[in-house]
Amino acid sequence: MSLWVWLLIACALAYAWKLVGYLVPARLLENPRMSRIAGTMTIGLLASLTVVNAVASGQSLAADARLGALAAAAIALALRAPFLVVVVAGAGTAALLRMLGWN
Amino acid sequence: MKLLASPAVRVGLSISIATGLYGISFGALSVTSGLDFWQTMALSLLLFSGGSQFAFIGVVGGGGSGIAAMSAATLLGMRNGIYGMQLNALLHPTGWRKYVAAQVTIDESTATSTGQTDPAEQRRGFWAAGIGIYVLWNLFTAVGALAGSGLGDPKQWGLDGAAVAAFLALLWPRLKGREPIAIAVVCALATVVAVPFVPAGVPILVAAVVAAVFGWFSHGRSDEGLEPDVEPYRERHHVESRQHGTDHHRGDGHQRGDGGTPGAES
Repeated sequence: MSLWVWLLIACALAYAWKLVGYLVPARLLENPRMSRIAGTMTIGLLASLTVVNAVASGQSLAADARLGALAAAAIALALRAPFLVVVVAGAGTAALLRMLGWN
Repeated sequence: MKLLASPAVRVGLSISIATGLYGISFGALSVTSGLDFWQTMALSLLLFSGGSQFAFIGVVGGGGSGIAAMSAATLLGMRNGIYGMQLNALLHPTGWRKYVAAQVTIDESTATSTGQTDPAEQRRGFWAAGIGIYVLWNLFTAVGALAGSGLGDPKQWGLDGAAVAAFLALLWPRLKGREPIAIAVVCALATVVAVPFVPAGVPILVAAVVAAVFGWFSHGRSDEGLEPDVEPYRERHHVESRQHGTDHHRGDGHQRGDGGTPGAES
């Protein structure tokens, strides 16, 4: 199936999640365990996405300029930089390291 | 103007600008991940949830399949259902407003609303942040997508590094305390171990399962990880979210019934 199909399914399901909170009676949903899983899964997914984008290249692991981007982003975040500054720091570091010959 | 005198509206608008602006990075990363302009815009217009949108393009950009991208985005969107439930108890939107409110139910609009104590301010904060972010996020997504498609080789500009930074920035505000850090580390390790053995995109779903199992069997804060990427109440957020935690959300619906007075704000 084309990317468009999966993209539109993702959009429909995202809206379904949002709407379910408004339409389903709170009594049925007010389960601390569901809320907790939503939270732990958010952390787990974002941690995983960070790592995949930093070290995975297809099905193999690689140590390249993206690791520098990860370190630069962590430093920027520790200094309480706003989101966009963090992203630019990551991009700039990766670009610089590549220019210096570290792929 | 009277509306601008509302503290919740002011917070909502400033959070809209801060969040909307980083739509530029989403737009640029999306087109360099292999999506076209309209696919990028469809994600911002229809899916409209930063983390899920980045997840979708992150999986596609890493060579993952459409179904893996869809799954990662959908699992990450689960928390919006919890927000919807909280906001429904807080704001009681009726008729068509319910359906519009659902679309703009995200981390930031929820945090702007629940950060207020007066019911009228909670409502104003939600709509100001929700609609403000929706408009600016889409506008800046378009700017980023147009700029990104003219960049040439994305690696030369370090855009793969930008994606890494974006995900870390989305994760960062949720790492308050030892438990969320432990979850993040375990899921990161599970991902690294899984990469060589399963197709691209699937390691992310492996991590999601690990996190869900952890959440199911452990007992901690039930609002762990449910934090906005950009905090509307930066100075006092830490204290408030710690103190009120779960009963904050749970109690609000009842407080209203006990006599929330919409005219109470000065």
